[in-house]
Amino acid sequence: MPLVRISSPHLTGRNRTQTVMLTVILATFPGILAQIWFFGWGNMIQIALACVTALAAEAAILKLRKRPVGFYLNDGSALLTAVLLGIALPPLSPWWLPVVGAIFAIVFAKQLYGGLGQNLFNPAMAAYALLLVSFPVYMTTRWAAPVTAGGDLPGFGETLRIILGSQPVPDAFTMATPLDTYKHEISASTAAAVRAQPMFGSWIAAGWEWVNLGFLTGGLWLLWRRIITWHIPAGFLAGLSLMSAAFGWDADSYTPLSLHLLSGATMLGAFFIATDPATAATSRMGKLVFGLGIGITLYIIRTWGGYPDAVAFSVLLFNFAAPLIDYYTQPRAYGHASAPRGLKKGNTHG
Amino acid sequence: MTEYIMILVSTILVNNFVLVQFLGLCPFMGVSNKVESAMGMSLATTFVLTLSSLCSYLAYTWLLQPLGLEFLQTITFILVIAVVVQFTEMVVRKTSPLLYKVLGIFLPLITTNCAVLGVALLNIKKQNGLMESILYGLGAGLGFSLVLVLFSAMRERIAAADVPRPFQGSAIGLISAGLMSLAFMGFSGLVNL
Repeated sequence: MPLVRISSPHLTGRNRTQTVMLTVILATFPGILAQIWFFGWGNMIQIALACVTALAAEAAILKLRKRPVGFYLNDGSALLTAVLLGIALPPLSPWWLPVVGAIFAIVFAKQLYGGLGQNLFNPAMAAYALLLVSFPVYMTTRWAAPVTAGGDLPGFGETLRIILGSQPVPDAFTMATPLDTYKHEISASTAAAVRAQPMFGSWIAAGWEWVNLGFLTGGLWLLWRRIITWHIPAGFLAGLSLMSAAFGWDADSYTPLSLHLLSGATMLGAFFIATDPATAATSRMGKLVFGLGIGITLYIIRTWGGYPDAVAFSVLLFNFAAPLIDYYTQPRAYGHASAPRGLKKGNTHG
Repeated sequence: MTEYIMILVSTILVNNFVLVQFLGLCPFMGVSNKVESAMGMSLATTFVLTLSSLCSYLAYTWLLQPLGLEFLQTITFILVIAVVVQFTEMVVRKTSPLLYKVLGIFLPLITTNCAVLGVALLNIKKQNGLMESILYGLGAGLGFSLVLVLFSAMRERIAAADVPRPFQGSAIGLISAGLMSLAFMGFSGLVNL
């Protein structure tokens, strides 16, 4: 037996970009399956449209920049962005929403900053916010009615025709989201009366709770695989829960915590979107602050702001804050005093 | 009291002067290359904004209105702002050489910050009282400081990114400002003022 002598580091090369991206995509499957089961084929078609557009946009930009197209397309990052966007969009939105969104995500939010790992804003959420601000009607009225709420689930062909616009959307297929309904009706009603509506189902929010549990499962798997660390999701969920405990304990006037946690895009945001390593804070402390900030902002906008769900806006706001969080939470180098920061560093006259 | 807090929330987040009303973009783009200088500029601007909205309110209410010279408000406010800035510079230089060293270069630049004139004119347009005017100025300054400091940290990171050549420098800075403005739209509806 020959003695193989290899010097350190004895690393297995498992964590290539492609492996990480594909693992994250795999982790979204429980949530996507729940979406298909409860809300029909809509999201699957949105994901497919977004994927094709994102890959085409990425290839076009790489071609323009004379970068190796195949190498960068293979890393799966454009695919992941497209999958996250497709999951987040209303299932029955017209076909051009995912197309416009994917182009904006890849070209403006990602490639103009230099591509993978250098973008400052989460591309999928930048696209979502753009679509929400530009096309509010489509982004709020195309949510599918869950099958358990007496909704009539359209088949694959019918969903495709609705998305492509060759068939109008029947009222029976759409329904307002639970977060939206609760927020707008609770001021003039009681918790029991609001919850009696079919969209809340028998437990928390028909269909939505299972979709969120699906993403929670996928997220926990990512934690176990050490693709993400616990700091951001924990901070995110803790921030949301603490705010809800402090202000929203009365279900007759505010949305209850259960609905905050297991409805809307909460779990998707906490485990899949906020944890994007390129746009989040870096140090452990920084990640906790980053997550907490998103959770708190999410609660503030959901409760007092103009949008019923605000994962996209909260994440973008803290993407914006992440470099400064990093600036202040940079760990002290061993053996050195902590570096002076901000005004203490003295003025360098820009 | 609630009303005062609402003014602050409104000016800092919902109607942020830089990202929502697009005032004061020149220092926003010009002094955001380094976090330290952005902080100096923020402090100086907040101070001047608060003081100048107070002074312009006084000048309008006690001078222009009694004399019926409201049409002179713009030129009066420019004069008031220039005086306030010069005054601030002189006081800071005499009383605290250290602070002057930190803020020194930025003070004259504030005269040309359109947010300062904008706040003074908006105070009159909104018919704000004395306390409201001061808070409006303070909130505008804090909102300006918030986004300027965040943006400067962000630009240090952009400087290291592989941005396509046609977009380097101010171009990618303005695109980032646009994306930040998109994020700030999430606050719309938080306060109705």
